[in-house]
Amino acid sequence: MEWEYSPAPESSAIANLNDRYMPFIDGAFKEGDGEDRDTINPGTAERLCTVSTVNAADIDRAVKAARRAYQHVWSTMPGAERGKYLFRIARAIVERSRELAVVETLDNGKPIRETRDFDVPATAQHFFYHAGWADKLQHLGLGAAPQPLGVAGQVIPWNFPLLMAAWKIAPALAAGNTVVIKPAETTPLSILVLAEIIADADLPPGVVNIITGAGDVGSMLVNHAGIDKVAFTGSTAVGRRIQRELAGTGRKITLELGGKGANIIFEDAAQDQAVEGIINGIFFNQGQVCCAGSRLLVQESIANEFIERLKQRVETLRVGDPMDKNTDVGAINSQAQLGRISALMDAGIAEGAELWSSSCSLPKNGYYLSPSIFTNATPSMRISREEIFGPVLTTMTFRTPDEAVMKANNSPYGLSAGVWTEKGSRAMGMAAALRAGVIWNNTFNRFDPAASFGGYKESGFGREGGPSGLAAYLDTDDEAVAG
Amino acid sequence: MTMREISPQPTQQLPVQLADATADESSLRRFLFGLPGVDPVGIEQRAAGLATRSIKRDSKLAAIDMAISMVDLTTLEGADTPGKVRNLSRKAMMPDPDNPETPQVAAICVYPDMVPIAVSELKGSGVKVASVASAFPSGRSTLEVKLSDTKIAVEGGADEIDMVIDRGAFLAGRYGTVFSQIVAIRQACVSARLKVILETGELATYDNVRRASWLALLAGADFIKTSTGKISPAATLPVVHVMLQAVKDWKAQTGQQRSVKPAGGIRTAKDAIRYLVAVNEVAGPEWLDPYYFRFGASSLLNDLIMQRRAQLDGHYSGADYVTVD
Repeated sequence: MEWEYSPAPESSAIANLNDRYMPFIDGAFKEGDGEDRDTINPGTAERLCTVSTVNAADIDRAVKAARRAYQHVWSTMPGAERGKYLFRIARAIVERSRELAVVETLDNGKPIRETRDFDVPATAQHFFYHAGWADKLQHLGLGAAPQPLGVAGQVIPWNFPLLMAAWKIAPALAAGNTVVIKPAETTPLSILVLAEIIADADLPPGVVNIITGAGDVGSMLVNHAGIDKVAFTGSTAVGRRIQRELAGTGRKITLELGGKGANIIFEDAAQDQAVEGIINGIFFNQGQVCCAGSRLLVQESIANEFIERLKQRVETLRVGDPMDKNTDVGAINSQAQLGRISALMDAGIAEGAELWSSSCSLPKNGYYLSPSIFTNATPSMRISREEIFGPVLTTMTFRTPDEAVMKANNSPYGLSAGVWTEKGSRAMGMAAALRAGVIWNNTFNRFDPAASFGGYKESGFGREGGPSGLAAYLDTDDEAVAG
Repeated sequence: MTMREISPQPTQQLPVQLADATADESSLRRFLFGLPGVDPVGIEQRAAGLATRSIKRDSKLAAIDMAISMVDLTTLEGADTPGKVRNLSRKAMMPDPDNPETPQVAAICVYPDMVPIAVSELKGSGVKVASVASAFPSGRSTLEVKLSDTKIAVEGGADEIDMVIDRGAFLAGRYGTVFSQIVAIRQACVSARLKVILETGELATYDNVRRASWLALLAGADFIKTSTGKISPAATLPVVHVMLQAVKDWKAQTGQQRSVKPAGGIRTAKDAIRYLVAVNEVAGPEWLDPYYFRFGASSLLNDLIMQRRAQLDGHYSGADYVTVD
């Protein structure tokens, strides 16, 4: 019996969108002096609203406000008081969670199921977790009274706009720093709603400043002389440039960059759950995840049958309107990103890999791509080496555990890896041998504010989340600890 | 180790790799232990994820009608009387007299001694009569007793037999015993369809559920069924996921499509719709048919009727507008 699910769209009215959004500087929403930018709903390719962006003078104003707030209010405030503000923000995120989820889905294109069940709850969790640390910094093992660094300049990407804002803002504030943060130009809305929450929480002016604009604004921010700490999440190319530009300034940097995560399936794995884990690893957020499990390594003894099972399961993914509560895979964030993904896919076909795509139908308007799998890929192909950042899985096979380790580590990146086996000793051995910052065993893409996250090699350095994430916002120089 | 032959052997024709699996007890054990494991965290995450599907409007009404047509309306109490069985039979044929277009349920499920009453009540209606048998619910008796229990039900006119497996034997690793009992009862069913109750609440692990599912399918079960309803937990979504995957894999290997029946603990239309979503997306739409999927339930039907009316009338009426039988 055929049974079609009727459309179950979330109401876009819940987003309560304004027609115009402004940067949030020194505790107030004010017009920036940069050029206006429209923000687009990737699900429909229609304009959502207009965002005022900043210029160099606005950035300067934001950094100065952050400095004032740091010196006169935030760094001298008792930790317990800072914690109260963070708890207040966390509670308000929970209260406005439905609105935030809708805003995020409209602006980013990811399914409402994900924003509702993952992005927004995880954002609140991050604030709750760090709120608890604010008055306990002396227990981090970094000395009796670890000191903040000062003003943090932070630049975040478009794939998890709200969650990345939380990853950056919450630990910085808990540790006693103030921030100037810039969201991606395609996804500024959810963080500007967060700004409303921050304003409503009566956070002292200047503690959090949100500036809007494209890469040039981010570049001016991280190079601004008034910044003490730079935290960047985004592409490896930009991360490399930031590191070059800041070399010799003594400024502390945390970079969380690209990845080409290996998902390794052994013949003794729980196969049905491994299939689910691969799907979650590469089609979660349309594969636009830095730690995506984009390289599948399957043991040759089960490869054919296993990939067949995987394809059958991918066929059942519901691709389409991100606002529909039954959508599993939504829209690609922008036309430009869709173009980048398509170009890499073309390269894969040209280099001789076999492309298989789900037969799902795609909406006419908006930026969509069918979930896809490349088989017969070789390690030298671009699709095996470069980050595709889209719903495209590259599969290769291996014969022995050593070969799996060799192939998995053979990448300039080292952010994430997955190991699927029912044998505990093998899982432990693999985890020790894999050069990746996060290794999941029999699961994938699971996050917790208490677990630190970060990469090896060209995936960046520094950790976010957990005690080591807080340490990145504290002065951990030896003399300071000794003092 | 001596090779113990399993007898009797199932009458069904199986592909050679599966026929080998039942050649003797050690082959059977090797086969069952060779099945891929089930990761509990993963299966529960997947089941919880699918349970968030939002079924609205037309698809909800379609689901409710589908669920009603899949109900095995059940009474399995010590206090059952012919009167109770008659009431339930009438309800099965006409679940909602105010809305006569409401579908009939799939079957009535009773104890063996109540079968003739249900048969005469349901004659010509198309509603099947199912009977539990084989020392239900514990299964703790001799094969002789289980066979005569089955015989009574079949001779009384039951269309379907719901047997229980010997969980003690299964947990002790005596898979051959469990297997040959199913085969023997299968033969005693003659033409009746056989539902094999695994009592998943007593098997405890998903790995065991997968092994028991395959064991039952190999022995010729038409249905694999979760529970007796007498043990908690009864049916759960992740357990049914494992069983749906088993019948799907069975079909891929043999071409035969077998059926699944969760039973116990499914009380609301919302629960039932979650199971239908799992059937649709784990096994596939070809299982969305009362021949291939059933709900073993007693109170579920009334909630389905109430929700059906709410869909048609635009408002809820209340429990007193639906008959209590």
